[in-house]
Formats: sequence, structure tokens, C-alpha cells
Amino acid sequence: MSAIIQVKNVSKSYWRNSLEIPVLHDLSLDVEEGEFLALMGPSGSGKTTLLNLIAGIDRPSRGELNVAGTDIAKLNESGLAKWRSASVGFVFQFYNLIPVLTAYENVELPLLLTKLSKAERKKHVETTLSIVGLGDRMHHYPKQLSGGQEQRVAIARAIVTDPVILVADEPTGDLDKVSAQEILTLMERLNKEFKKTIVMVTHDPHAAGKASRLLHLEKGDLV
Amino acid sequence: MKIFKLIFKNAMRHKLRTTLTIVGISIAVIAFGLLRTVVTIWDSAVDAAGADRLVTRQAVSFIFPLPLSYKAKIESVPGVKIVGGAVWFGGTYKDKNNFFARSAAEDNFFELYPEFLISQSDYEKYMKERNGCILGKSTAEQYKLKVGDIVVIDGDIFPGRWEFVVSAIYQPRNKNTDATQMIFHFDYLNERIKQETPIRGDQVFWYIVKIDNPNNSAKISEQIDALFKNSTAETKTETEKAFTQGFVAASGAIISAMNFMSYAIIGIIMLVLANTMVMSARERTREYAVFKTLGFSAFHLTGLILGESLLISGIGAGIGISLLYPIVAGFEQAIPKGFFPFFFIEPITVVLAAGSAILIGFLAAVFPIHKALNTKIVDGFRFVG
Repeated sequence: MSAIIQVKNVSKSYWRNSLEIPVLHDLSLDVEEGEFLALMGPSGSGKTTLLNLIAGIDRPSRGELNVAGTDIAKLNESGLAKWRSASVGFVFQFYNLIPVLTAYENVELPLLLTKLSKAERKKHVETTLSIVGLGDRMHHYPKQLSGGQEQRVAIARAIVTDPVILVADEPTGDLDKVSAQEILTLMERLNKEFKKTIVMVTHDPHAAGKASRLLHLEKGDLV
Repeated sequence: MKIFKLIFKNAMRHKLRTTLTIVGISIAVIAFGLLRTVVTIWDSAVDAAGADRLVTRQAVSFIFPLPLSYKAKIESVPGVKIVGGAVWFGGTYKDKNNFFARSAAEDNFFELYPEFLISQSDYEKYMKERNGCILGKSTAEQYKLKVGDIVVIDGDIFPGRWEFVVSAIYQPRNKNTDATQMIFHFDYLNERIKQETPIRGDQVFWYIVKIDNPNNSAKISEQIDALFKNSTAETKTETEKAFTQGFVAASGAIISAMNFMSYAIIGIIMLVLANTMVMSARERTREYAVFKTLGFSAFHLTGLILGESLLISGIGAGIGISLLYPIVAGFEQAIPKGFFPFFFIEPITVVLAAGSAILIGFLAAVFPIHKALNTKIVDGFRFVG
């Protein structure tokens, strides 16, 4: 297996006025293709920051970041946006669905950036919603869905473009036990059946137990 | 789903807010259109003045008369083609509210004003009737007067009962040609005045001077005024446009205020829409972060925000302009008849209203677009609205 994510000596700091706040220190990490990696650690340890860097929605202060064959630290904003749309799917803790769009339309959103025809988009969306078990909820709005269902729509939106990597930031953090289990089962299935590389941040040891590898972060270092 | 559908859904997210914004824009467009209509009508009355016509009047004021003997001297100035005297008659037709311009003019009046269309046969008929008068089409229609009817005017500047026969009705050549005037023979007025108050006889209030070349208007005006320098009735000659402007000068401050107000309304529309757009964009900070995360570019986000702003301003402008026509028609019915010689929406008013709405749609979106594009994705997700 080859490393699909290569993090080399990456550091990240934030600035508050003139005060530098270091978050990640000279961190290195490889994630193999098809791996399901869980990142755990206390609040402020830098796990979400690391996830954001891998997903290309934030930039490292120093170091190299090669994800899915691209040195993403060198891409400009426009290039990074294109790369994200093709290579990475995102699952957020609070789902972040667009409330005025139906489940179908939310899942269709990333496909609007592709050259697929309307019929092709329809096929992709319906297939993906069926995979997450929401084939019968396509035309429901987010407010008409339960938390677990919303998260499944968010997962469908994340995988509809068939990205190689799926990143999830506490995907079960806002769900009850039953819904959380459903989401974890779905993610396991995406990893095993659809061979998606998954990087998941979680506080939940049970969720982390579903991953094939678990890493702990503390004060910006892997421990 | 197309992007336009998303724009529409976003615009309708807060139906009450969007509806109120659209209503606000519509009302502002109507107010703008109405004010601009009044202003442009006023201006077009001035613009309708002939470029090849000068007006010679008493230097002090046009309410003071000039001797009839000046006519021959003015005619002698090189470049002058036709000269005709005219007198503002005033008076009341049945009721004081029945206002329309009434003037006594020399018989070459229709040569001086070719935009007042009258047939040769009608003109000949007018010439044969000593107390004949010619009415503008609008006045004739308004007071249901036809050829042969008697018009009785109760004189004020020239006291007494004055009886006229409608000899003809003239048609306006252009949309902005005054079709409300009443013209009658200067000789009819002059003969009676000479009998009743001889001292006021053989006098006109102004001369209309047709010249061969509008480019020579300044030179000819100087030459005319030089003829009467140091006389008991010095003259002031100016272009008809300047004369008309002077005639409405008393209303100038009101027109300026209306002009200012019409543009102030544009500013108000912008604030209303900008407020809506800023609130919408602020509420959607997290959503914009989601769009960016999914790979939507600055171009797409600009399109979403600008599209929503233009959609709201466009609907508001569309409703406002659609309602402007019946409202202007209603306004025309409500104002005293003859107050404006004509009253219609100039195409430029519609262009200005629509253009302003589009411009405002753009401007109102500038700040939200700037904010959306410059907020980092990670900051967008941390935003708590």
C-alpha cells in the first residue's frame, strides 16, 4: 500500500494580534490508501487543525503536505478549490446542509461543478442517497429530517463526487447513540466496501474503535 | 437544480423580509419615477423651445409692454426673418381653476410656430373671423369645445367680458408640443383696448423673432437690444429657451428640490437593499464556508450573492415601473387641468429607474461579496451568527 496522505514536518500557528499561537509542531504523518484513521485528543490539541490542513481548507505555516498525489501547500486558492471538489469529501459535526435545499439538491450541489448532464447528476444523486439509506427521503428538506438522517445526507454529499479521501470532524458528536452507531456503520461500509480513505476526528472512544488506526494528539504533537 | 434556482430559493428564504424589501424598492421606484416625470416634463417644456427663435421683451420684466413700433426696427436687423408680437391675456374661463395659456398674437404666429399644426383652410377661416380663436387639441378636448363654439373669457389684465369664436383647433406636432394654448387676433385686443384705455394701445408684451441661423442668436440679440439702448423701453433679447426658463424660474427651487429628492430616493433604495443583503450574507457565513469547502470558487459565490441582490432589485423595479404608468395617469387626473401642458412618462425616466435599480443591485452586493470572499473557510465555520 502507498501513502495517500503525506504530512512532512508540518507546523501551524495562528496569530492573535501580534501574538503567535502555535497549534501543530513539526508534525509528520503518513496515511495509507484505504486506511480508516481516527484522531483523538483533548480540545485544543490540534486535531481539527490537522484535519483542515489535510482537507485543504487551511494552509500550513511550514512543512509539506502531499494529499492524493498533489502538493496542496503550493496550490493557489482557485487551484485548491478545484482540488477539493475532485479529491476530498467532508463530513461536519453539525451537518452543514443548506436549509433551503432538499436532500436531493444538497447532494447534487458538488455535482454542479462537474460537466455531468442533468440525467447523469440525477443517477449519481439517487444512487448515493440509496447507499446512505435515504432513497425515500430525497425530496425532504433538512428540517424534515432527524439528526442522523441529516448526517447521512451530509455523507452522501461528501461521497457523491467519488472522492478518494473522506474527512470527518466529529461526525457523531451531535447525534444520539443509535444514530451515531448508524453513521459509524455507514462509514465503516464506505471504507471497507467502497475503499474510501477516511480520516476522522472524534472524542468518542467507541467511534474511534471503528477505525483501523488510532492516533492521539496532544498540544500539537502526535503521542 | 441550477444555480438560478438556488439564488431564487435564497432570496425567498425570509419571505417577509424579502417581500418588504421588494415593496420598499417598488415604492421608491414609483416615487422616483413620479418625481422624474414632473422634472423631465418641466425640462422638456424648455427643451421644446425653438432654437431659431428669440424673444425680445422689456429689459425690466416681461410684464412691462413694448411699443408696437419696435417691430419694424427689429425686422431690419440682419438675420431676422419674421417678427411677431404677443400679449399675455390671462383672464378666467368659467372658473379660476380652468387654467390654460391665453395669448393675443399677431397673425404670423403660426409661421413662427410650425409645431402648432393647422390646415390652410382652418387658418383662412380664422383670418376671416375678427374675434376668432384657435385652441390647442388638449384644451378643446378637456372643455369639450369644438369649432363654432363661443368662448367667453372674463378679463383681468384686460378687464371686461371677451367673447371669442372657436375658428380652429391646432394639433401638436410632437409629444412635447404644448397643446393647451388659446391664440386669438392681436388686432381684436388692440382695437378694443385703444377704445377703452388708449394709453395701453399699440403695445405687446414680447416679440417672437425668428432668425435664419441659430448660431447667430447671441449676435442678433445684441444688435436688437442696441437699437433700443437708452430708450424709455429698453429691451432684453434672449433665446426662447432662456425666456421659457426665466418664465418658470419661480418654480426653479421646487424643481431643484424634486431633482434632489429623486436621487435621494435612489440612495434610500440602496440602503434598504444593502441592509437586506448584509443581513442575508451575515446569516449565511457558515453556508459560504460550506460552498467554498465543496469547491465553489469566488466566481460562484459572487454570482450567488450578486444574483440574489439583482433578483430582488429587479423584481422591485419591475413592479414599481409597472405600477408607475397607472399611477402617473391617476396623478394627471388629480392635478389641476392645464397645470402641465403635457404629462407623460419619458422613456428616459423608465431607463433611469431600471438602470438605477440594476446599479443598486450591484452596489448592495459589493460589501457582502467582499466579506464572503475574504472570510477564511475555517473562520466561516467558527462563525456564530
